[in-house]
Amino acid sequence: MKAMAVSDLSLILSFALVLVPVAISWKEKLGLTRDIFYSVGRAIVQLVIVGYVLKFIMQVNNALLTLLMTLFIIFNAAWNANKRDPNPNRQLWQSIMALLIGTYITLGVLLLTQTVKLKPMQIIPITGMIAGNEMVAMGLCYKVLATGFHDQRQQVLEKIALGADVKTASMTILRRSIKTAMQPTIDSAKTVGLVNLPGMMSGLIFAGVDPVYAIKYQIMVTFMLLSATGLGAVIAGYLSYRNYFNKRSQLREEQ
Amino acid sequence: MALIELKQVSYRAGDQEILQDVSFAVEEGDYLTLTGPSGSGKSTTLKLIAGLISPNKGEIFYKGQNLDSLDLVQYRRQVSYCFQQPTLFDETVKDNLALPFAIRKQDFAEKRAQEALKQVDLSADYLDKKITTLSGGEKQRVALIRNLLFRPELLLLDEVTTGLDEESKQIVHQLIARVHQEGTTIVQVTHDQEELAASKQLLHMEKGGVLK
Repeated sequence: MKAMAVSDLSLILSFALVLVPVAISWKEKLGLTRDIFYSVGRAIVQLVIVGYVLKFIMQVNNALLTLLMTLFIIFNAAWNANKRDPNPNRQLWQSIMALLIGTYITLGVLLLTQTVKLKPMQIIPITGMIAGNEMVAMGLCYKVLATGFHDQRQQVLEKIALGADVKTASMTILRRSIKTAMQPTIDSAKTVGLVNLPGMMSGLIFAGVDPVYAIKYQIMVTFMLLSATGLGAVIAGYLSYRNYFNKRSQLREEQ
Repeated sequence: MALIELKQVSYRAGDQEILQDVSFAVEEGDYLTLTGPSGSGKSTTLKLIAGLISPNKGEIFYKGQNLDSLDLVQYRRQVSYCFQQPTLFDETVKDNLALPFAIRKQDFAEKRAQEALKQVDLSADYLDKKITTLSGGEKQRVALIRNLLFRPELLLLDEVTTGLDEESKQIVHQLIARVHQEGTTIVQVTHDQEELAASKQLLHMEKGGVLK
C-alpha cells in the first residue's frame, strides 16, 4: 500500500497543476479563475469529509450504515441528474426512482453472483460508480428529450391530433433519448483498455495488484455500467417524457 | 343537440388574450368557415375544438358532453384537426398511413390505404415512396388522407390548401366535398374564395371574438 501513498508535500506541490487552467483562463481572458478555485476548494472539502465518513463507516462495518450511505449517494446523484433536466416541469422523484431501481438491481446481481461482498469497502465505491454513471446517462437522456420535444414539437402535436396517446406521440423522441444516453457507455466499453485504463483497474494496478487480476474487476465494472446506465436511462426516460404533457394529454406550452 | 358548442370561451397565451367570450354552435352535417384577419383567433378556435388546448374560461361541448369530462385521446379520433403545413413522419408514405392503424392498435389495411391514395389522385405505388421525394401538394394530400382513413365525425381544416398548386388544390377540394357529402361535419379556416363559396355558413371573427 505504501507504493500508492501520496505525501502531504507531494499533494501540495501537485497543486501547481491547478495553476495551468488558471494561467490559460488568465491569458485567454476566459473569466474562469474564480470558478476553478471554487471547484478545487469544493472538491477538497468534499473529499476530506467523504474520506473521514468512509473511514468511519468501514471501521464500524454495519450493514444499515452502509445502506444509508448508498441512499445518500443515490439521492445526491438523483438531485444532480434532476438539475440537468431542462424541463421546468421536471420531477425529482422520477430521478430518485430511476436511480434507486437501476442501482439496487445492478448491485443486487453483483451480490447474488458473489462478485462483490456486502462490505462497506466494496459496496460504497461500487455504488458511487454505478450512481455516477447513471446520473450522467440520465442527464443526457433528459437533455435529448428536451431537444426532441422542442425540435419535433409540430410532429408530436400532429400525432396527438390524429388521436395518438402521449406515449405513441413521444416514442420517436423517447427512443432517441434512451439510445443517446446509453451510447457513451457502449462506446467506452469498445475502447476500454485500448484508449483508457478506467478508474477501477488503474486503482488496483496503483495498489500493486497484478494487472491480469485487475482486468477481471474492470470486466465486472463494464457489465455493471452497461446494466446501470441502461436501466437508469430507460426508467428516467419513460417516467419523464410525460412531464411534457398535461393531465389532458395536451402538449404543454414551451416556457 | 349541437355536435360542437362553445359557450363563453376565452383563451389566453401568456399575457396575450387570444379569444374572449366566444360562443357558437356547429350542428351535425354543417360546413362552417371561420373568417377574419390574421390574429383574430381562428386557428386557436380550431385547436380548442380539437382538444389540443383547453380554454382558460368557458366550456366546449361535444354532443352535449363537456370536453372536460371526456377522454381527449378517444375524442381526437372523432374530431380530426388538419394542419396548414403538415409534417410527414418517418420514411415512407406507408409509415404515415400505417400510423392511424397503429394508434388504434389495428393491423395496417394496405388495400384501404391504396383506395385512400386513389381518392387524392395518387397511385398505389406511392405507398412505398419516400416522403422526401414528395412535392408540397402531394405531402398535403397524404397528410389529409392520414386524417381521413378512419372517417372522423368532425374535420377541422386549418388553411390546408394555402400554398398548394392549382392541381393539388382542386384534388383536395374534391376530397373535402366528398367527405362532407358522406356526412362528415366540417369547420375550416380559409381565405380561398372557392372554399368560402363551398361552405354553408360563415362566421366572422375579429380581435378574439365572433362578430357574426
